[in-house]
Amino acid sequence: MTTPSQALAPAERAVQLLGGDLSEVALRQHLEGLPTVDAVGLEARAASFGTRSIKTTSKAAALDLIIRMIDLTTLQGADTRGKVRSLVAKALVPDASDPATPRPAAVCVYGDMVGNAVEALGSAWSAGKDDGINVAAVATAFPAGRASLQVKLQDTRDAVAAGADEIDMVIDRGAFLEGNYGKVFDEIVQTKDACRRDDGTYAHLKVILETGELVTYDNVRRASWLSILAGGDFIKTSTGKVQPAATLPVTLLMLQVVRDWERLTGERIGVKPAGGISTSKDAIKYLVTVAETCGEAWLDPHLFRFGASSLLNDVLLQRQKLTTGRYSGPDYVTID
Amino acid sequence: MTFLDYAPAPESTSILRLRDDYGLFIGGEWVAGGGESFASVSPATERPIATFAAADEGDVDAAVGAARTAFERVWGPMSGRDRGKYLFRIARILAERARELAVAESLDNGKPIKETRDADVPLVAQWFFHCAGWADKLDWVGLGASPQPHGVAAQIIPWNFPLLMLSWKVAPALAAGNTVVLKPAETTPLTAMLFADICEQAGLPAGVVNLITGAGETGAALVRHPDVDKVAFTGSTAVGREIAKALAGTEKKLTLELGGKGANIVFDDAPLDQAIEGIVNGIFFNQGQVCCAGSRLLVQENIHDAVMDRLKERMATLRLGDPLDKNTDVGAINSTAQLERITKLVETGIAEGGEAWSAPCELPREGYWFAPTVVTGVEASSTIAREEIFGPVLSVLTFRTPDEAIAKANNTPYGLSAGIWSDKGSRVLAVADKLRAGVVWTNTFNKFDPASPFGGYKESGYGREGGRQGMQAYLKAGK
Repeated sequence: MTTPSQALAPAERAVQLLGGDLSEVALRQHLEGLPTVDAVGLEARAASFGTRSIKTTSKAAALDLIIRMIDLTTLQGADTRGKVRSLVAKALVPDASDPATPRPAAVCVYGDMVGNAVEALGSAWSAGKDDGINVAAVATAFPAGRASLQVKLQDTRDAVAAGADEIDMVIDRGAFLEGNYGKVFDEIVQTKDACRRDDGTYAHLKVILETGELVTYDNVRRASWLSILAGGDFIKTSTGKVQPAATLPVTLLMLQVVRDWERLTGERIGVKPAGGISTSKDAIKYLVTVAETCGEAWLDPHLFRFGASSLLNDVLLQRQKLTTGRYSGPDYVTID
Repeated sequence: MTFLDYAPAPESTSILRLRDDYGLFIGGEWVAGGGESFASVSPATERPIATFAAADEGDVDAAVGAARTAFERVWGPMSGRDRGKYLFRIARILAERARELAVAESLDNGKPIKETRDADVPLVAQWFFHCAGWADKLDWVGLGASPQPHGVAAQIIPWNFPLLMLSWKVAPALAAGNTVVLKPAETTPLTAMLFADICEQAGLPAGVVNLITGAGETGAALVRHPDVDKVAFTGSTAVGREIAKALAGTEKKLTLELGGKGANIVFDDAPLDQAIEGIVNGIFFNQGQVCCAGSRLLVQENIHDAVMDRLKERMATLRLGDPLDKNTDVGAINSTAQLERITKLVETGIAEGGEAWSAPCELPREGYWFAPTVVTGVEASSTIAREEIFGPVLSVLTFRTPDEAIAKANNTPYGLSAGIWSDKGSRVLAVADKLRAGVVWTNTFNKFDPASPFGGYKESGYGREGGRQGMQAYLKAGK
């Protein structure tokens, strides 16, 4: 599922937009000059997407699309090879009762489990091609990101070397809140560099903002913009380890940023809400928000993902209901 | 089919139990009207919904008589606490029958079910709940101890928010101890008839609420009736002026809520994405058939192009069509007469040098439709910058400084509403202070609350509806 990274060499976006003199001051002025966000208006707009009524054929199409956009995730200290094998098996055959069920975009694991995931996927592993299931790894001392840059970069390199197609990195929220945008920028640039494989291609870089720690919408807009400038292929809301994780207003705001970035540069950046989206009903609200904010081009696993673990089973239940006309129940989908 | 071609999601009309013919609701009875009955059609399909009686002078006299009797014998002498009980009961029934009322309103008016369901009908119930609470607290409306009701209130409401305007009129009047004779607009009488049913369901004493249908002559007979003590009108400035003339020299009290040409001012430090939503909400809510619509966009010149690009992109996502479909954003224009007026004014705007752009949406073949439209290059002297269009048409003007924005915003015979979009609190307060408009919204638009007074300056009328001030309009100082 990997698209050859459209991203330029690290930091090049920022150089093109802000000029060669990429100083901390230039970066700060740029970020602080972005339009502000009115929280009440943003939340009202997000709520309005929630009132769309997606029924019958639209719902069926939405459910399949949601599955194709899922990064099926396990991120526990207690993860074992067995647990990862089980997760991969679920990704390969989400619903044994219906072989037409699409597969999720990726499985998302800790870096040390990448090798196991690749092995379990076998021929279904995309291995950098546009066909198959990706392996995504969280890196850079996920979830807190409180480690030295060397450690974060080594974490990334290890995952890429083990076969990770996608790297989900965390930004240094402490540095961001200190106003040290340059440090955050630099770490993303270097992590992007660490995503480089021997053949010159890059693992896809998703930049986790941890919006629950940035708190204000103005911060989220700046961090989104900063992450894109530094070379991120995706901007992602949350680690899933901090509450609140993904919310519809935050995701809407990040979608507005990538829409604006496309308007400015013609380049498309992905968005990944993660954590807390566990029902089909909620996921459909996200699809509506994506389509009505960025357009249908973004209804594509290359540009929109759900970071989720329990969402898949709810979508499968809804899918079975649409197919058979009756509700089954949690005993008719597998616990993995 | 692509994702954005959402599958049809129509709200069912099976919840409605409509009659074929509606009479007049006078003294708690349904009676035939003396005038020639008329049909109300669904603006989205042009199909008739039901036939309604037209009240002639004799019917008006009977209705006012019934209201007088109820005022003197039952409602006037009743304690505020007991009046409040009836109003709370009505409010609860309105909330319980919300879906039915929303469907009926969308059918008769043409506005999207999304709006009737999420705005009109919830506000209707809120208005009754709010006013019910006032009924036993009238000493605190600001008129001293024991303020007194006027008596019989004659109320005439428009077609743009039929049931909501009914609630703005009926709820405070009854809470204050008046009885009412109300005439809904001739193109949207349906929900008033359902309200009669709700009054019966609530056991409201006969004659406290009388509902008569008919056209302009019925309304004229009602406001001229000598036994009316108070007149409340919402509608056009032209009719409001006639009513004011007719009432001059009489003892009758009058409140008028008339037209508007609201300025929506966007400064260059505005939260841009939310401002775009506010512009859309300000002019396309209820197809722009809103007296307080933000129909004049005043945008700071240095962000004009950026705002226009974003606005057009956003307008292209508006979904126009079946008002009963839950995904419809823009419904039908209420009547063919209104559609003609809108069309003619836009033509004038273009002839005077404006550049019109309409959202690329397919208009249904039947019914009355007008695509959301923005006209740029409009100058302060243009007709469409001066006259109320009352349709989904936004006129765009620019300004350079806050002073110029204020001067242009105030340069209108109207003064009902205005909006300010800016991230700078001090500027918002300074500008709001100088705007000659009854309602000024900042970083939002078209928000209503029963506790907040609503009304106009200048030719937008006088008197306030909502809040303490709204209660005062139905009371006089006690002796």
